Amino acid sequence: MEDEMMEEGGVIKKFMYINRTAPYGTIYALEALEVVLIGAAFEQDVSMVFIDDGIYQLKKDQDTDGIEMKNFSKTYRALEMYDVEKLYVDKQSLEERGLTEDDLLVDVEIKTTDELTALMEEQDVVLSF
Amino acid sequence: MKFGILVSEGPYTHQSSDSAYQFAKAALEKGHDIYRIFFYHDGVNNGTRLTTPPQDDRNIVARWSEMAEKYNIDLVVCVAAAQRRGIADPEEAKRNGKDADNIAPGFRISGLGQLIEAGIQCDRLVTFGE
Repeated sequence: MEDEMMEEGGVIKKFMYINRTAPYGTIYALEALEVVLIGAAFEQDVSMVFIDDGIYQLKKDQDTDGIEMKNFSKTYRALEMYDVEKLYVDKQSLEERGLTEDDLLVDVEIKTTDELTALMEEQDVVLSF
Repeated sequence: MKFGILVSEGPYTHQSSDSAYQFAKAALEKGHDIYRIFFYHDGVNNGTRLTTPPQDDRNIVARWSEMAEKYNIDLVVCVAAAQRRGIADPEEAKRNGKDADNIAPGFRISGLGQLIEAGIQCDRLVTFGE
């Protein structure tokens, strides 16, 4: 990959984590977050994308008491401390669910499907959950 | 080309493990390099030697073990995902006070860093999952 940057003798690649699933119902969202947090130690160029029901991972005021599962939504707020700052949300997925940016618990960039497609095209590694 | 492979679904329920195996086998036979195969989510269930499929069916776990031995492939099961799902090697079993281990030959248990490292080191990281 010709446009890889070199820093301190190591390779920096573009890693994109695509989150497509609701936070509860399956374990994908939780285990995706574990990959992102561990991956942060490798100091790569990281971005996260939220598409389809993945949008719900970022929904404010999650309450999991009734389903007896751990509410891990606060972890998304900690991503900034791990230098994971590029959070993209698919505009269409957000609108289809009747949500706006104000319903989300972190600052995100809203992107159109075309813009996300272009971003995905630039990546070295894409992991989809 | 140097490939990394991520298997993220369990054997038999999903075809992912079969497809990953067939991809890896084809790549190896063509002379490509498999840097590592990483098992995550229910994919960790590819690594239990207690799997006992009917005799007229393929043995997915044994097939991985044979591939690891023949081609010296690094088969890595994610430790956090494995702990949730009851996959343990002797050290993990001891550390967590369990009375048995079940890791299949050729597999090892390690952290998620091994997946990220595969992404960094390989020309392509190919995912087999949902």
